Amino acid sequence: MPIIQLSDVTKRYGTFTALNTVSLDIAKGERVVVCGPSGSGKSTLIRCINQLEVHDAGAITVDGVTLDGSKAALNRIREKVGMVFQQFNLFPHLSIIDNLTLGPMRARDKTREEAREIAMRYLTRVRIPEQADKFPRQLSGGQQQRVAIARALCMEPEILLFDEPTSALDPEMINEVLDVMVGLAESGMTMIVVTHEMGFARKVADTMVFMDHGEIVETAPPETFFTNPESARCKDFLQKILPH
Amino acid sequence: MSILPQLFTKPTQIAAAPHLMRGLRPFAKAPHQVRGRTLLLIALLATLSGCSADWGWYVVDPSTKSGWLNLKFLLSGLYYTILLSVTAILISIVVGLLIALPGLSKNPVLRGINRFYVEIVRAVPILVLILWVYYGLPQVADISISVFWAGVIALALSDSAFEAEIFRAGIQSIDKGQYEAAHSVSLNYADTMRFVILPQAIRRILPALGNQLVYMLKMSSLVSVIGMQELTRKANELVVTEYRPLEIYTILVLEYLVLILIVSAGVRWLERRMRTDER
Ligand SMILES: Nc1ncnc2c1ncn2[C@@H]1O[C@H](COP(=O)(O)OP(=O)(O)O)[C@@H](O)[C@H]1O
Ligand SMILES: [Mg+2]
Repeated sequence: MPIIQLSDVTKRYGTFTALNTVSLDIAKGERVVVCGPSGSGKSTLIRCINQLEVHDAGAITVDGVTLDGSKAALNRIREKVGMVFQQFNLFPHLSIIDNLTLGPMRARDKTREEAREIAMRYLTRVRIPEQADKFPRQLSGGQQQRVAIARALCMEPEILLFDEPTSALDPEMINEVLDVMVGLAESGMTMIVVTHEMGFARKVADTMVFMDHGEIVETAPPETFFTNPESARCKDFLQKILPH
Repeated sequence: MSILPQLFTKPTQIAAAPHLMRGLRPFAKAPHQVRGRTLLLIALLATLSGCSADWGWYVVDPSTKSGWLNLKFLLSGLYYTILLSVTAILISIVVGLLIALPGLSKNPVLRGINRFYVEIVRAVPILVLILWVYYGLPQVADISISVFWAGVIALALSDSAFEAEIFRAGIQSIDKGQYEAAHSVSLNYADTMRFVILPQAIRRILPALGNQLVYMLKMSSLVSVIGMQELTRKANELVVTEYRPLEIYTILVLEYLVLILIVSAGVRWLERRMRTDER
């Protein structure tokens, strides 16, 4: 039984179809890397999974919960799915520790002590426990993104979504974030990662997904995906982004 | 919940961060600003007394007994001017926020309620509202209402429409990513507003809120028409007995001027203290 099931999911913005009858099954613990040209619907796909966007047609089931647009389903899904954004989206007016404890205290009814303990555990895991009392703007981009990952982990989600987590970073900071993500992948977290970091994809992906024009064009394990992609569009794309 | 005190102590924590110390020396620049203002006041007074009009400063000369009593009488209005304005602005901020929130909804009915309130309340002149609340409301609602509370209600009501617009603009200026991040850590709407959106929005609208307070201090003079013993009323009463309108109203002008200069300095200080989160 897959933990995430999308069948014929369609999402429109006005008359523009951002996702066109997309189907995808993801097993518990599976690591999926999604790539494709800009505007192909990658963000829309993962945003539908945690209902930041509500799909117009088709069915999405996450860990047994069918996303029918109801408040109850929405609340249950938010508990299970964490998200890391391209722009980090840390809360700028709160210290790092408060960024991390806000969710657990308000939405998980943890006491402040419990929440701090969880926060420090995950800050240690992303290797910046010493930054706990600073404010987001005092940290580098790479550190901020690691805080954002820790913030998502503090909610102890079943599934983590990453939307181009390294695209806003200076090149020298990309690896520190990818290293943390590799560590997470090794711990067995179910992950869907939108990224063009193909080195990372080769290392951790169980499944590669290639999207174009709101459709999933190709789904394959990385060995086949990188050496022998089926579609011409995918070949073309890989040629453009892979180093020669 | 126990997070409240933690979040509320934030300013002090911010203040403790050494790199922000610059924001903590608000009076570093103040002395010459203040000196500049004092000079301006003296120059103004000098010009006025130099005019050909027949001045009689004795009415408010603190070195004579009656002059001193008159001055004290005028200054005693300060208490109600401040109490009235501060009470009214606090109420209008709360009401303004409650009116702003439906204005941000996707629901057109809620947005309609917001527009209706703002357009109606904004259209009524404050003086008219004061008269209506004091003389009209007791008949409609069969209650007796004190001059003070009539003033507070009228001022707060009229200001709340402006506060609502300020809050709406401030909340709309917060990046969509902040809502999405709050959603992704399972915060509900109320907590998202309270812990994520409003603290940031309020920092941004602080200058506008400060302006409203200044505006309120000035508009409170209108409550004198229903007998509120604030600065303007005191001046009017003294003019009736002393018959020196020029001197007494000049003092009145200076009273408002000094009060408002102090308030705007305070607002700027608060602003600098809270300016910590610009990314
Ligand atoms: N809120 C929106 N309103 C209108 N169009 C949108 C919105 N969000 C995304 N789109 C459009 O949907 C398409 C897919 O967007 P997105 O999923 O963000 O692509 P990707 O992440 O692959 O770059 C794009 O053409 C984009 O312009
Ligand atoms: Mg995208």
